[in-house]
Amino acid sequence: MQPHKLQSLSTALMSISLFYLVAFLSIFFSLLVIFSKNPIHSVLYLIITFFTFTVHYILLNAQFLAIVNFIVYMGAIMVLFLFVLMLLNLDEDSEPMKSNILKMAGLVAGLCLLITLVGSMKSLHMSDPVILKNPDLGLVKNLGKVLFSEFLLPFEISSILLLTAMVGAVLLAKREPKTA
Amino acid sequence: MELAFVIEKFVLITAIFLLSLTVAAYSTLAERKIAGYLQDRVGPNRAGWGGMFQPLADGLKMFMKEEIIPTDSNRFLFIAGPSLALLTALLGSAVIPWGPDLVLGERTIPLQVADINVGILYIFGIVSLGVYGLMIGGWASNNKFSLMGAVRAASQSISYEIPMGLSLIALLLVTNTLSLREIVGQQHGGNWNILYQPLGFILFLVCSFAETNRTPFDLPECETELVGGYHTEYSGFKMGAFMFAEYVNMFVASAVMSTLYFGGYNYPGMDWVAGIVGPMIAPLIAMAVLLLKIFAFIFFFMWVRWTIPRFRYDQLMNLGWKVLIPLAIANIVITGIVITVYDKL
Repeated sequence: MQPHKLQSLSTALMSISLFYLVAFLSIFFSLLVIFSKNPIHSVLYLIITFFTFTVHYILLNAQFLAIVNFIVYMGAIMVLFLFVLMLLNLDEDSEPMKSNILKMAGLVAGLCLLITLVGSMKSLHMSDPVILKNPDLGLVKNLGKVLFSEFLLPFEISSILLLTAMVGAVLLAKREPKTA
Repeated sequence: MELAFVIEKFVLITAIFLLSLTVAAYSTLAERKIAGYLQDRVGPNRAGWGGMFQPLADGLKMFMKEEIIPTDSNRFLFIAGPSLALLTALLGSAVIPWGPDLVLGERTIPLQVADINVGILYIFGIVSLGVYGLMIGGWASNNKFSLMGAVRAASQSISYEIPMGLSLIALLLVTNTLSLREIVGQQHGGNWNILYQPLGFILFLVCSFAETNRTPFDLPECETELVGGYHTEYSGFKMGAFMFAEYVNMFVASAVMSTLYFGGYNYPGMDWVAGIVGPMIAPLIAMAVLLLKIFAFIFFFMWVRWTIPRFRYDQLMNLGWKVLIPLAIANIVITGIVITVYDKL
């Protein structure tokens, strides 16, 4: 084998093993999110899970998505999660005991979701790898061009959706009691 | 990956790490000296000539103090809080271009650790991450004052990230790139971005005061209301780590502002100077110029701290949401219109 071929093989091997490492970490920390007793610890594990997703995006050469995931999920949404949980200050002692009916309902709903997910996974062709026509699609310049030409309508519609959500939130917060 | 490349980056990273820590250490001395000057007193002058060894003495004092971890606190997170604060503060300096390419014999060495093409967004992400150290430390202390400080830090940082991001968008309209290296390259000589984005710069400056928790935005550690805010329960070197993180943050924020708006390592007449001293010395002079700009910003941070009193909390929120965000949006609209009209002409 030529040396440069050997080198490309070794980099491919490295990226695959890196993928498996990061994938293992994502699953490990998402399991910790579910199993930890303290809600604050759950949120912290969720932050680490999101960080591993960022690494996944970088491995897929989607830099913009990676950094947006980093800023929006890790930097803003999870700070708000943590903020709310700290204000509530939940812990094991203050948590009210959930009734058995509620537990049963949770179990049934969870199992339904599991069956749906397994069913949909079975119908996928697992051996089809998704190959992008343009591997550099995730870079900011290309992504911007595609978003504002090919996918302009969905892009604008989703921005209107976000605007609606924002106006709705402001409206809810501003509603004052009539009997003032 | 060749060995020389790895060594080069390793040396650069170590140098920047040491530089950040040294500047942070001597910022504590500078802060007290400047406070002394502004209040018409001498400031620390006992340790060494003019107080030169004061930071070392302070560091030694921090190490020697008894470390107290409250009984009811969450031990792991109590230690993780200050560590995270210092870590996120130091991460920011990775994408800043410290000077033009250094030519050593055959090799050209870029004086930047990582030239990623989303440099600005990386800085923005690191800034938004910085609040975790404060929040985790404040919550883990299991003290109501610490918790109040942590909650204040979170809401303040979320509120001021928005105008900061919006002022960056206006800057991006001007520069057309997200790479810090290219942004600095465009400001060659005296063609600095402050000339095109004066309002954007002022917004960014105010927001960086809020993001680094400096007076007048140091509500998270407001000692008149909250004892010591998020670090009430901290002592010894963990307390020192929080304090250090603040000064490193200030250093990185100053470096970012110099890079984005004040031309980074560029200065008027740099080509003329480079022609005289040659390609070996010119990058070093440019680097010194960048450091001078950074020190000027650090001085400004301190000057404001000892001049302006702290905001009240509702004033802080009103300023962020009702003044800075509308101004930042107006700035984007004006910049967009001017660029469109200019392109049509």
